[in-house]
Amino acid sequence: MNTAVKTLKRGDDDLIIDNVPYRSRLLVGTGKYRSFEETQRAIEASGAEIVTLAVRRSNIGQNKNEPNLLDYISPEKYTILPNTAGCYDAESAVRTCRLARELLDNHTLVKLEVLGDQKTLFPDIPATLAAAEILIKEGFRVMVYTNDDPIMAKRFEQMGCVAVMPLAAPIGSGLGIRNPYNIRTIVENAGVPILVDAGVGTASDAAIAMELGCDGVLMNTAIAEAKNPILMASAMKKGIEAGREAYLAGRMPRRAYASASSPIDGTFFS
Amino acid sequence: MLVIINGIETTVADTATIANLIKQLELTGRIAVELNKQIVPRSEFESRLIKDGDVIEIVHAIGGGQSTYNW
Repeated sequence: MNTAVKTLKRGDDDLIIDNVPYRSRLLVGTGKYRSFEETQRAIEASGAEIVTLAVRRSNIGQNKNEPNLLDYISPEKYTILPNTAGCYDAESAVRTCRLARELLDNHTLVKLEVLGDQKTLFPDIPATLAAAEILIKEGFRVMVYTNDDPIMAKRFEQMGCVAVMPLAAPIGSGLGIRNPYNIRTIVENAGVPILVDAGVGTASDAAIAMELGCDGVLMNTAIAEAKNPILMASAMKKGIEAGREAYLAGRMPRRAYASASSPIDGTFFS
Repeated sequence: MLVIINGIETTVADTATIANLIKQLELTGRIAVELNKQIVPRSEFESRLIKDGDVIEIVHAIGGGQSTYNW
């Protein structure tokens, strides 16, 4: 009996971003946790190898000996992905990336987001395009947050972004994938990794993103705001892996009616 | 002389360099500095002089995923 089942081993199915292979397809943020210890433990449990963080003004004259996030999330252990969260115009996003590059010793991989308004946190696409153009010219490797718009996703790819990250739902909303058809179209058209960035609420949302063929998922709030963030981080890891394997396995077709699993022939009743 | 550091008017010595300023503010750990919207590489902290009216930003890494968070 041949029961050889093809299982995915390390290196078999890496996520490649900017020519660097990663085993984990889950990327995580570091905001909203109760402490740096909790952040560290959740990231450990998630198995993530790419960790995003923000850049902010240092406190002048207060909390001088504040612990530093980078003491907990080591750039030697993780690929640090500085983000431009909180930027509402192209100039601040570009300045943030330049500061991050200096902060992280010439590190060029960045997550670009330029937001349109505080209520929806939807991206400002013209401003994002303008910032991406400058950053790419300056040698940054840009992973870009955008709408679930297939035309824009292609545009960002063509201008040289190393990954395109459409939202599934508004940032921090936890609403799951609101437009799976658009995400699927973006994935089908893509020549660079497509990662769902924002909107995932629980492990099944992450699995759905992966089943649609996304290359990865970036999330923060879904883990940080869970009642038990460490357990949710572990759940997300499994959701991502299950979704990926289901995508690679190729799901059965959907049918409108039943289809019996047992043969009809040879029944002893009639 | 007066300079603006992270949005706050601050008095510093007339011949201060970026390195002097970091020491005066007792900043430790990994930081990055912008002087009048231009990055000052760490290698230039010792040599770069500050002028009256300069606008300086000093930043570090914090937790964040997507967007602005109210802490």
